[in-house]
Amino acid sequence: MSHNSTMKHAEAAANFIKDEPRTNWHDETLWFVRQKRDKAAHGLPEWEQLREWASQIKQHTLSNLDNYLLEFERNAKANGVTVHWATDGADHNRIIYDIIQKNNISKIVKSKSMLTEECGFNEFLHAKGIVTVDTDLGERIVQLRNEAPSHIVLPAIHLKKQDVSDTFHEHLNTEKGNNDPQYLTEAARQHLREKFIEAELAITGVNFAVAETGGFVVCTNEGNADMGAHAAPIHIACMGFEKMIPKAEHLSVFLRLLARSATGQPITTYSSHFMKPREGQEMHIVIVDNGRSRQLGRADFRNSLKCIRCAACFNTCPVYRRSGGHSYHTAVAGPIGSILNPNIDMKANADLPFASTLCGSCSNVCPVKIDIHDQLWKWRQVLVSEGYVDSTKKAGLKGMAFLLARPGLYRFAGKMGRSVMRLFPWIVNNKLNPWYKQRKMPAPPKQSFRDWYLQNKKQ
Amino acid sequence: MKVGLFIPCYIDQFYPNVGIATLQLLEKLGCDVSFPLNQTCCGQPMANSGFASLSKSCDKNFVSNFRGFDYIVGPSGSCVLHLKEHLHDEQHPGEAEHIRKHVYELTEFLVDVLKVEKLNASFPYKVGLHNSCHGQRGLHLSSMSERNLPAYSKPQQLLNMVNGLELKMPTRSDECCGFGGTFCVFEEAVSVKMGKDRVADHQQNDVQYITGGDTSCLMHLEGILKRNGSKVKTIHIAEILNSNA
Amino acid sequence: MSARESILKNITANKPQLVELPAIDLNDVIQYNDLVQQYKTVLQSIGGGTVELQELSSLQEEFATKKANGDFVVNRIEALGEVSDSLNTLTATDLAAVDTAYINGNIAVAENGAIWLYESNMGNRLLPFICQHLVIVIEKKNIVPTMHHAYNQLETAKEGFGVFLAGPSKTADIEQSLVIGAHGARSLIVHIVG
Repeated sequence: MSHNSTMKHAEAAANFIKDEPRTNWHDETLWFVRQKRDKAAHGLPEWEQLREWASQIKQHTLSNLDNYLLEFERNAKANGVTVHWATDGADHNRIIYDIIQKNNISKIVKSKSMLTEECGFNEFLHAKGIVTVDTDLGERIVQLRNEAPSHIVLPAIHLKKQDVSDTFHEHLNTEKGNNDPQYLTEAARQHLREKFIEAELAITGVNFAVAETGGFVVCTNEGNADMGAHAAPIHIACMGFEKMIPKAEHLSVFLRLLARSATGQPITTYSSHFMKPREGQEMHIVIVDNGRSRQLGRADFRNSLKCIRCAACFNTCPVYRRSGGHSYHTAVAGPIGSILNPNIDMKANADLPFASTLCGSCSNVCPVKIDIHDQLWKWRQVLVSEGYVDSTKKAGLKGMAFLLARPGLYRFAGKMGRSVMRLFPWIVNNKLNPWYKQRKMPAPPKQSFRDWYLQNKKQ
Repeated sequence: MKVGLFIPCYIDQFYPNVGIATLQLLEKLGCDVSFPLNQTCCGQPMANSGFASLSKSCDKNFVSNFRGFDYIVGPSGSCVLHLKEHLHDEQHPGEAEHIRKHVYELTEFLVDVLKVEKLNASFPYKVGLHNSCHGQRGLHLSSMSERNLPAYSKPQQLLNMVNGLELKMPTRSDECCGFGGTFCVFEEAVSVKMGKDRVADHQQNDVQYITGGDTSCLMHLEGILKRNGSKVKTIHIAEILNSNA
Repeated sequence: MSARESILKNITANKPQLVELPAIDLNDVIQYNDLVQQYKTVLQSIGGGTVELQELSSLQEEFATKKANGDFVVNRIEALGEVSDSLNTLTATDLAAVDTAYINGNIAVAENGAIWLYESNMGNRLLPFICQHLVIVIEKKNIVPTMHHAYNQLETAKEGFGVFLAGPSKTADIEQSLVIGAHGARSLIVHIVG
């Protein structure tokens, strides 16, 4: 389901917040996930060391990525896996479509893959009259509602159980008004078991690809990736090329961090290591660039490619928790999305690096130590210099900079009246001023500190 | 010890009492403090909005005001962090570097440089502490809930020295208030919602005051408190630490 | 230029200068006084059950009873009785009817409750996922403290497929309410022998 990219984050967030009880619920639910993450992280004395190892392994991998990809390809091929390369989303979609056509496939199950979201894969196939069934429960819920996931780990976190109940009543004939998550999950289990059993093609994402072995690891709690991949005669795994790690032993570091960071679990229920297709099965891997090699060339931003998609930065982000994933209008929302998406489309995503207070909590929870909030700051500089910031904002800040660089003028503006001067963007005391809408202005004092100092202290 | 007093622009214009308290407190503790008269702003509002290129003249002005001091101290974690990370002056790189290395937020200066162990201060109220993000996560004024490292807090250490003060921490001890510089107007809805939630968290503790080391956060919280007719007041930590016994 | 060549060429042009891999020192890693207790506590916290056994006889009885009751049980453990071979001839539809599967685990991890299963232990890759209930047997001596220890002992590339399995299938996708039994097994009981 595509995202509404015409509305900017601030506006979409304001719409989200209009329902304040729901916003509170969203905030509290994700804060609870953050607390579970804290408990898991604080349970390991080596937590900070693990983050450092993970970061260094990823840094190393990025610095030797071409060679690792070649090593991976060689080993995967030797394992009997077909390896494809896609420069962008369209390429990725076409490669899979070719396999679908060649094998005359109509029944497809897909486990969670943010990459396929990024590539607009479902809409692409839909336009060709082919339906993929998303099998992660959360993804299935949003798919039935014709919505996009709002969170990369918890796709339906913006919905309440009543919403799910209504959707399942409509599409899966569950009892109207039965909101019991147990009951609803069971209904999805039965519904999706049929889909798994009859599937002709299973598409999965990839959490980690191991150069040394040519194998790849897929993590789920539900078991949906495995149900599809081991039942269907063809398995296609899609990966952004940054999923690479050098050796199998490095999986230990990442699997220790991933689920603890994501949900507070010590590990996902299933960490499946795919090496070879089973007898009679076809296995494909699609390695996707889609702007990643460009990001690799941006020294300030390349280490965003260390991301392992745990979404800890979403859960901790006070802005994300109060604006919801859809307000980011991209496949990957939250703080990490705000540093990845300007690389993909600077103009469409110019608002995202500004959808942050730069509080820094994202960088602190990041299991691979991406300096997310610093990159948000740096993207702001890039977006301004490339001209992607609207002109009123620019004029305002230019005026402010002019004033603040001139001590005499600054003091004069202050004396002119602290309640009307344009020194600060929130300064005008009227209803058009966004500061004043829900906040009072500070009461203007009789004299500035400097005036007081001159009067009382200066000899 | 020659200390240059850095009073951020919005404190100068709107909260002169914070500047006065900072100055008096530093003098009480034996510092030789002067206030360079041509200071304006650290440049952060521009830089955080993506206009770091526009803050060069601000930087220059800052360097010309604050060169030659042993330390530069300001009652704002956010402005100090900005200077530490971004102050540059092509014509005076050495002076800019000296400033970056010797600019301190007030509470870290009191704890780390002056090594204050007691204060002759009294503030007999129930007070909630707001940890501002830039002070905490940027300047490491206190440990952070995300990290698995030993717990400490410089502001809390100082507040514990104040007679009669009953310190109350909110349930989310280091959640952002939503001020965020120009975020407060460009993302007005989220900014205010974040502020309201911080206020509600403190109000659960029946506090009379909310304090912190950043006037910008406090100004935002004060705006929300006042608009909602709350009796809870905001007060900068310098004013509490300088309060008379 | 092919997609492959252009991607690799761009990466070569854009990658940063080579940095070293870190050395992972097991001395920095958490230690547990009682691996079995730690394992049991964690597995229970993620929805699994544990039974400690001196030998497999009691499990043999359970298995025999289920079989006698006509339950569709699949056994992959020699010590329990007749082993179900040629599972690869079964279709997904056949396997979906399996009530309980009995499988040997290779290595169990105390820090997170996970058990490593090679494909050869499963007989069919789909089995541990599609069965309604799963019983795994591990030897006490094969419980290791952490994932680092586990990978040091494993050869993940030895077979076509392998999995770290930790507890029953679960989801919290509806309002973060934990539900056991999403798509995979509804229950997992681990028998610790030795």
